[in-house]
Amino acid sequence: MRINPDKCVACGNCTYVCPMGAIYIDPTIKRATVDRNECVECYACFNGLSQEHLNPTLVRGLRKLFQMVRLRFDPEPDVCPTAAFEPEELVWPRVVRRAFSDPRVPHESTGVQGRGTEEVKTNDVSGRVQLGEVGFTIEFGRPGVGVWFHEIQKMTSVLAKAGVAFEKKNPITSLMSDVATGTLREDILGEKILSAIVEIKVPVARTEEIILLVREVEKQVDTVIALGVGARCAADGEDDIVGPILERMGYKLERAKTNIGLGRISNPAEELQKKEEPVGARP
Amino acid sequence: MTNTLHRFGDAESFYDDFVVFAIPSRGKNDKGSVPKLKKFLEMALPFKPVNLGDAIHGGAMRPSKDMKPTAHWHRDMTPDFRAVIDGVDAPTTVAAVFDNRPAAEDFVKTVKEAELGLCVNVSTSIDGAEQCCHAAGIQRHSVGYSLGFQGKTEKLPNTQVLMLTTMCGHGMISTSLAKKMIDWVKEGRRTPEQAVTYMARFCSCGVYNPSRAKRILEDARTKTK
Repeated sequence: MRINPDKCVACGNCTYVCPMGAIYIDPTIKRATVDRNECVECYACFNGLSQEHLNPTLVRGLRKLFQMVRLRFDPEPDVCPTAAFEPEELVWPRVVRRAFSDPRVPHESTGVQGRGTEEVKTNDVSGRVQLGEVGFTIEFGRPGVGVWFHEIQKMTSVLAKAGVAFEKKNPITSLMSDVATGTLREDILGEKILSAIVEIKVPVARTEEIILLVREVEKQVDTVIALGVGARCAADGEDDIVGPILERMGYKLERAKTNIGLGRISNPAEELQKKEEPVGARP
Repeated sequence: MTNTLHRFGDAESFYDDFVVFAIPSRGKNDKGSVPKLKKFLEMALPFKPVNLGDAIHGGAMRPSKDMKPTAHWHRDMTPDFRAVIDGVDAPTTVAAVFDNRPAAEDFVKTVKEAELGLCVNVSTSIDGAEQCCHAAGIQRHSVGYSLGFQGKTEKLPNTQVLMLTTMCGHGMISTSLAKKMIDWVKEGRRTPEQAVTYMARFCSCGVYNPSRAKRILEDARTKTK
């Protein structure tokens, strides 16, 4: 993302809306500027700010005048008064930043839409997580911290050593140069993104082991991690297996997304995809 | 994608936060799903949702790409539900957000009776979702638990800011904007309703709960921590 210095009036609105805090008013040029190293190309500034198309010279003049008489210019805080944001054409590997940070674009770089897969949200038709299995979503960088790919690799390499299977259609998996070792492509390790989700599936018996492993590795990872655990309920709608394990480990289960089982397979039989298996090392 | 799982707060704090979303699974039930997704959203209207959204085009409160200067004095803060419903043009996740359990329960009952065949999830407290299922005579199929935030949690802001920002799971609402809105409400520069609308416009899939956000801002106005 680029801010056109000829249009910018340094109102400062955009400095607050950047999730990474990557926009600042450069004191030398007195214009809003994007720190390209910290910018994750999420487009929150371009997509989220409303745009006016005012004359920059006029706005600068008025702002200067108000400042001289100590009056505060108090515009709406979610507006760029001169539509100064100009998206750049992104090339590899920087384009990966946008794929993982702007929720409105598909993962063109990876061929997978979204930061993760459908997880248990479509489990009633996909059968991804069966009774006796647990699906983990290990999300890095959210909320509002961001993460570098080389930090994510610390986790994927340890998980691979533990013999877990990575979800095949997950964007992170698709960027691994060696799934068996959890190694990510070298050319993306220096890229920063808003967030990413590593997805794995293990037998229920390994639930505690995996959580303890994540807890250990996260000490070396320089970001926050949001952990999600997906389970199939029994025929009576109860989960008497995974939930109790989590509670025994000290987690207070506050929130969940609950698949209520209304999904039905309706695509023509010939278009139904074959079952996708996780990839990677197996125990 | 919906990203409603990791909203910050304890179970009690979700008493006014019920996100019911429909998602077609690629290759399983996505063919011909667009009319069903529109119907899902349409069916939510009688139950007075506080937001509707689709993951491609956004929610009921959207930024303008051609704002007139006079809008600063009379900004339209009305959610445009019709724009969301009419805008669904491809298989995607759609969501209806409610600020009370009876409305969510009644909506889930209606969705069940409609037999759309889409995958439907309820994102709220675990008890809240169970009660919705019970009211509709449904057994839960699967559950995705949030274990909350771990790791370098010292990088996270305070709880009020976190409650406001995590209602956009895609992370489009920045910590700085949420802090600024709390300050502006405290200073009386904007009403909680106005502050909420500014933030909601950044949510790219329409799952932001303006009703809960307003309550959080009202609380923040009188608390000093």
